[in-house]
Amino acid sequence: MSRYRFDRKQLVLPYLIYLILFVVMPLLVVLYYGFTDDQGHISFTNFASFFTNSKMMGTLVYSLVIAVMVTVICLLLAYPVAYILAKGEYARKHSFLMVFVLPMWINFTLRITALKEILTLLEGNLAFHPFMNTVICMVYDFLPFMIMPLFNSLTKLDKSMIEAGYDLGADFPKVLTKVILPLSVPGIISGVTMVFLPAMTNYVVLDMVYNSTYIMGSLIGSYFSSYDWNNGSLISAILLMFIGFLTIITDKIVSKEEGEEVRI
Amino acid sequence: MRKNGQHMIIWLVLAFLYLPILILTFYSFTSSTMIGSVREFSVENYITLFTEPALRAMMFGTLSLAVVVALISVLLGSAGAIGAFYSKKGVQRTVEFFNEVPVVNADVVTGFSICIFMIVLLHMDKDTYIPLVIAQTALCTPFVYLSVMPRLKQMDNSLYEAALDLGCTPAQALRRVVIPQIRPGIVSGFMTAITLSLDDYFIATYTKPATFDTISTYVVNATRGAQTSIKTALWALSAVMFVIVVAVVMAANMKRAGTGEEDLRI
Repeated sequence: MSRYRFDRKQLVLPYLIYLILFVVMPLLVVLYYGFTDDQGHISFTNFASFFTNSKMMGTLVYSLVIAVMVTVICLLLAYPVAYILAKGEYARKHSFLMVFVLPMWINFTLRITALKEILTLLEGNLAFHPFMNTVICMVYDFLPFMIMPLFNSLTKLDKSMIEAGYDLGADFPKVLTKVILPLSVPGIISGVTMVFLPAMTNYVVLDMVYNSTYIMGSLIGSYFSSYDWNNGSLISAILLMFIGFLTIITDKIVSKEEGEEVRI
Repeated sequence: MRKNGQHMIIWLVLAFLYLPILILTFYSFTSSTMIGSVREFSVENYITLFTEPALRAMMFGTLSLAVVVALISVLLGSAGAIGAFYSKKGVQRTVEFFNEVPVVNADVVTGFSICIFMIVLLHMDKDTYIPLVIAQTALCTPFVYLSVMPRLKQMDNSLYEAALDLGCTPAQALRRVVIPQIRPGIVSGFMTAITLSLDDYFIATYTKPATFDTISTYVVNATRGAQTSIKTALWALSAVMFVIVVAVVMAANMKRAGTGEEDLRI
């Protein structure tokens, strides 16, 4: 019997091959281009010069400052909203979360166009406050991505834990810092990772508000326009290493948190 | 937290999220070229939006691309999830690991890496649209996988076994028993793929044919200086997209209310 037999396991093959060809291979090629020179020789000079070039370091620092600002503001705005939607006055109105997530599905360049018009009206000229406008537009763009994971993590939180805190004599600030915040750490982390990286790399927002300072993503964009594949790949490789590092750390924290939950 | 304080926070954040788009929608129905200056009512922007050839081509192109990419992603991702679910732990872990890469990776890096691989290294022609479709599919499929997998895990496996015992072939059992049970995951994966493709700027920039524009690349180019009529026609496009998204979300919510609540995911 040599007849072909269908097995559900085989269904994974097309996707596995696709992932290897179009996800893994391109990243390997980027690593190769990033660490070779024009002649194809292995070289770390580009890599070393990135970290000694003050202009590049300036770009890295500027991206980090923007990313930290945007992430912190998003967190400060999103946490109360997520808490109120999950455990507060709006907890029973289940579809209310949708209202906060909905803007995410409108094209982000169109949304920023809308906000830009408002900012132009308020400020007269966008060019006066490039940094502030960038931060406002990014917060506007990324806020739903922060609310969502926070909400998911806060709805799972057992309300009796909060009540137990009050019964044991704690006031709201104490319950918040000792019970609610620690139990929502996984949500905070996944929200932060969804906002931090785009804030470091989404240079379109800067372009749209006429902020001509570079962030990490702008470097890739400008090397792409000047056909400098080696340097473009190098920046991608550096970002990749940064992302890998970030993922490992956040996985550690989240799995540690989950481990602690099991013990209770 | 006090009641009034809670209402205030909710409404302030809602105002921040919605006022810009609502104000722009209002002005899209006037003849003014900047907000703040009220002119008379006009549907000129909507006429431009649907008659100007460049705008029509851009909208049609973006939509067709999104549908093609979402269909391929749904096929690849659903089949991949089903296959991985029944495979050995090692295979499943490998797929899961690779699947996570485009999810956590920055879109700039995903787009640039595929451009380097397919266009620079393999000399593939951008004008064939193949790099663009492949690259957007690489971005969207992981999200389909992630929305189908939880459905498989919740599924009652004994139904599949029962179908086999009652004489189904594995392929029939898959089509008649497994797929209906994971359908909600497939549908939400499809919707996610559509919105990711419609939203994408970076992957399109690095892999698209030079003359082809998606909404995002078109809008960004328009901010670098476009005719005023085009600029205000894009306000009309924002309004149209806003109304469509609200309608789809409301329809989905009504349907969900009928079938009971379910977990939200991106």
